[in-house]
Amino acid sequence: MSRIAVTSEGPTLKDMVDPRFGRAGGFVLVDPETMEHEYVDNGQSQAMAHGAGIQAAQVIADSGAKVVLTGYVGPKAFQALRATGIKVVQNLDNMSVGEAVEKYKSGHVDYASHPNK
Amino acid sequence: MDPKRKSNLIVSIASGKGGTGKTTVSASLACVWKKPVLAVDLDVEEPNLHLFLNPEISHQEKIYLETPVVDESKCTLCRMCSDLCQFQAIKVMGETLLTFTEMCHGCGGCLAICPEKALSPGQRELGILSQGSSLGKISFLMGSLRVGEAMSPPLMTIVKKRMMEILGKERADAIIDAPPGVSCPAVCAVMDSDLIILVTEPTPFGFHDFRLAWESFSSMGKPMAVVINRAGLGDSSVYRFCDEKKLPILASIPYDRNIAQAYSKGQVVARLSPELEHKFSDLARELQGYDREAAYA
Repeated sequence: MSRIAVTSEGPTLKDMVDPRFGRAGGFVLVDPETMEHEYVDNGQSQAMAHGAGIQAAQVIADSGAKVVLTGYVGPKAFQALRATGIKVVQNLDNMSVGEAVEKYKSGHVDYASHPNK
Repeated sequence: MDPKRKSNLIVSIASGKGGTGKTTVSASLACVWKKPVLAVDLDVEEPNLHLFLNPEISHQEKIYLETPVVDESKCTLCRMCSDLCQFQAIKVMGETLLTFTEMCHGCGGCLAICPEKALSPGQRELGILSQGSSLGKISFLMGSLRVGEAMSPPLMTIVKKRMMEILGKERADAIIDAPPGVSCPAVCAVMDSDLIILVTEPTPFGFHDFRLAWESFSSMGKPMAVVINRAGLGDSSVYRFCDEKKLPILASIPYDRNIAQAYSKGQVVARLSPELEHKFSDLARELQGYDREAAYA
């Protein structure tokens, strides 16, 4: 199974999911089978006036992740993610990164067809 | 200074706060101006000078910004364009080069740098430029931003270019009705003028934003003067600031219900009474007599 990216407020599985996609603190890239993970900082996007979502989408695309777990995705970021075939799961805020991954593994998630911001 | 337009004076009417009376002053000045004059509405997000000058529009055209179009068969995903773009308008996503046309500032850098000639010029509609004249004596020019367009300076720049062409031909002065605020659109509106008139009201809100405008425009080194609108309201902070910074207060328009009523009906305030007409004629004379050469010497 390929890695999934989770928008996160910090580098570990215990950190909370950052509800924002484009301006997330960073992304935890997780192998859902082994739960091995690494962290990609997204500080650069946070400081941008415009286009943070597009920039973040490129970071995800370059990471090789095929699924994003997050809270809210804006229209331009959604378009960018969809162009690369990356699937998006929205509304996974108010939980830790680890919990979001477990929820994803349990199959109780829907892939978004539209941006929710 | 551009020697071609030595005989033209460009005055921009700006403010920090919205609703202080920029259009009231612009329309009145245009109506009492003694020389040929071009009234320019550069508040392209919500132009309203035409409501007071009622110009006959003789020419309208759509204005576009040049944006990139990708030929995927030629693109090698080298990322030279996306690395150059400061606005995330062109991005490699996986195996695709995506464009976000609405983010593009139209600099043309991506088209110039592409080694494969995979990009060609497309366009995004910015809005409409309208040209005409009012009462047979005021030339009129206006930009109207397309609803949904986020950037106003690209359209403003094209309207200003047309303004310069008209000034070159007509030997007229220009009065620019600038947008409110102190960010890119406001700066773009005033940056080519010889004189900046700041219209403010003497209230705490008015003073706060007036001060921001003064700070923002000061760096351009252009002469500034002040028109106080709704004089009689508020406090003395604007007056004290002008005194301290040696900003001349060229006119003071009283806080008067009749003026507000006339404005709400689209009437030009300078036409309301002999006193107001005098006030604006004096202001126009003062501005027209302004010695540009001396200020730049």
